[in-house]
Amino acid sequence: MVHFSTGKIVAIILACLLFVAYAVPNLLGKEATESWQQTVPSWLPSQKINLGLDLQGGSYRLLRVEYNDVLQERVRDLRADVRRAARSERIRIAGLATEGMSVVVRPRDVSQAQELMAAVRDLNSDFEAALEGGEDNPLIRLQIREFARQDMIESIMSQAIEVIRRRVDALGTTEPVIQRQGDDRILVQLPGETAFPPIPRGQLSIHLVSVDVSASELAAGRSPEGTMIVPYTDSPVGVVAAVQRPIVRGDNLVGASTGVGLAGDPVVNFRFDGEGGRKFAEATTQYVGRQMAIVLDGEVLSAPVIREPILGGVGQISGNFTVQQSSDLALVLRSGALPADLTPLEERTVGPSLGQDSIEAGQTASIIAMVLVAIFMVASYGLFGAMALFALGINIAAIFAILSVLQATLTLPGIAGIVLTIGMAVDANVLIFERIREELRNGRTPISAIDAGYGRALTTIIDANLTTLIAAACLFIFGAGPVRGFSVTLTVGILTSMFTAIMVTRLLVVTWLRRTKPDTLPL
Amino acid sequence: MKGFVSLFPATPNIQFMRRRMVGFILSGLLIVFGIGDLFVQGLNLGIDFRGGILLEIKTPGPADLSGMRDQVRGLDLGEVSLQEFGADDVVLIRIQRQEGDEAAQAEAIERTTAALGSEIEVRRQEFVGPQVGRELIQAGLLSIGFALLGILIYIWLRFEWQFAIAAVIALLHDSIATVALFSLTQMEFNLSTVAAVLMIAGYSINDTVVVFDRMRENLRKYKRESLITIINRSLNETLTRTLLTSGTTLIALLALWLFGGEVIRGFTIALIWGIVVGTYSSIFIAAPILIFLNLRPEQLDRVSGDPNDQASVRSS
Repeated sequence: MVHFSTGKIVAIILACLLFVAYAVPNLLGKEATESWQQTVPSWLPSQKINLGLDLQGGSYRLLRVEYNDVLQERVRDLRADVRRAARSERIRIAGLATEGMSVVVRPRDVSQAQELMAAVRDLNSDFEAALEGGEDNPLIRLQIREFARQDMIESIMSQAIEVIRRRVDALGTTEPVIQRQGDDRILVQLPGETAFPPIPRGQLSIHLVSVDVSASELAAGRSPEGTMIVPYTDSPVGVVAAVQRPIVRGDNLVGASTGVGLAGDPVVNFRFDGEGGRKFAEATTQYVGRQMAIVLDGEVLSAPVIREPILGGVGQISGNFTVQQSSDLALVLRSGALPADLTPLEERTVGPSLGQDSIEAGQTASIIAMVLVAIFMVASYGLFGAMALFALGINIAAIFAILSVLQATLTLPGIAGIVLTIGMAVDANVLIFERIREELRNGRTPISAIDAGYGRALTTIIDANLTTLIAAACLFIFGAGPVRGFSVTLTVGILTSMFTAIMVTRLLVVTWLRRTKPDTLPL
Repeated sequence: MKGFVSLFPATPNIQFMRRRMVGFILSGLLIVFGIGDLFVQGLNLGIDFRGGILLEIKTPGPADLSGMRDQVRGLDLGEVSLQEFGADDVVLIRIQRQEGDEAAQAEAIERTTAALGSEIEVRRQEFVGPQVGRELIQAGLLSIGFALLGILIYIWLRFEWQFAIAAVIALLHDSIATVALFSLTQMEFNLSTVAAVLMIAGYSINDTVVVFDRMRENLRKYKRESLITIINRSLNETLTRTLLTSGTTLIALLALWLFGGEVIRGFTIALIWGIVVGTYSSIFIAAPILIFLNLRPEQLDRVSGDPNDQASVRSS
């Protein structure tokens, strides 16, 4: 325990230097970091710990993608297809329903079961058809295939992330985080953004306004087959009846931008692709004089009257917008529609002033904590306390270095975790010093006492820290959110404190021992 | 250069185990009261677990809390609470989760800030749905459960089963005592409190293992002494270390409590309490449980130098 090979000494010193080097970038201010990252070669340490949003300010939101609604829609589409197929094959059906993720259909005439099966089995290759119920009461179940379901979910999720990314990029946020979490969630972190921009689904469609719906039906909210009633704030009755089948959908949009309308009001101009333009031209030619409804996410934005055929594939939405609203809408249309609704599960926004206050408070508290611990250690153990203090300095540098390299995120509770680690790091040294004191009392010489002290304290340190490490590992594997982040800080702190107590302090003590060859130890 | 530790008595001689019932009674009362209060008052769950809206705002001058309360209550947003937060110009507003979708939450936030005037600065706003909290509680409990199991197995392998059980009981004791503190004081129990409970568990187990380690060593060394003597000796031998380590950690946490800002004040209080309880439980809970679990029954009956100890063991 009192012998170090030259190689070991070099390795320990090298490790300490590396820790300090990788911790240093964290001391730089924002501008200094940027100029540092630009000027120094890339192999030099330049990474800093990410500050959590609670420290740097920004907004955080966790969204659930409601993909089941979309899957359900596909099932309903298939049900409609089944009805159509049966009709065109002249098979009468006794029952047609959706059950979870499947469509169930029964022929009226039991003998037509096979015929019905043949008519519906290949309607949609994502569904598997099975004949159930025996000969007396046959029914056909079209169940979504598991791999098809997974594929759909994957594509909905990746499309949702893509659309969110496009919208966030338009905000100009630096270093946004858009991450899939688990099966159906997306995490969005916008450092520096303090507003909660709403996330409309952005599903646009243009419908012809129906003239077949009477005022009384409209007021009662009932609509005949093939039409739908859509809320419209500018209409005197608050709703509009529109033909269900759209003239053209947002899928055919290729561009949207803000503009100025005839009355000088802000409007949104949009442009269709070839197919969309053709459909739009056909409809506007056929229905001159009629009203159309521009519907976004189930609400009418505006309902202009078609004055002349619109042949260029362009259109305009005017709807008493403010400039901000029109540019928001243009952005939503440009970035495309979200494939599913998003439900916010959690949203947090921290203003920059609070973040700054928290950083300053954290810094002040940490510095005062360290100074107090330093005074306490030196007062308790004198020279040995000072050596432990040096090791503690290396320990803190090591924590920052490792967290920087891991690109971990430092939050306010994380700072508290580090402060707690400072206390626990001192523990290993205290254990060793107390052991040495005991060995001295048992009549050993200084060298022998230090040798035995380190040797005996080692098992205790390892047992105590390994137990804590097991707990930390469980927290990492099963915990979530801040618990998980904390377990990383704790694990790193335990490992570095073991290294500094067992290696760094010991090297210092042994070096001092060899230099001064004391007769007694100042313990 | 020597430090003041060298002035401490070489090995103090405190008969911890003679008073072991005092520890059990004290802890028993704390836990019974704590759990009772948990049922009566319940925890003041933060929006992390309950769902809802939280706003932290800063006013230009000292906040007129009752005036603001009337303004916000007038908005008819359901359950609303306002409280001063750290300074007289900072106010924390909690609003229950609004019926409806995201837009309803955003609207409630907007209406609240609008009602309070344009001079206020919104420092923080949070919205948590009800589902997230449930999941976080589940994940937290699951991780604590597995951590306890892992510790139990490790200590069982490295020591003996009595040590493992005693350590886990001490750990449960500390966790319950911390949760009880939050119930009794009605401080907000949120996600970072869960992290605090876990940190306390980490510290407490560390402390307990250090004491156990010494007992294991002394049990091998002094095969002829009574268990109570050995436990007392071990506690005394590690006492300086126990006090110094808790002392340094407490000093560091005290700095965090006084200067770390309002946001983590509750968190720091939990940690300070946890360190005190964790240190206490290693000595007054974990150690005496070993006696109750009949660790080394043959050493219990052995005649020792201390007749009082002997008597108290026989009578228990």
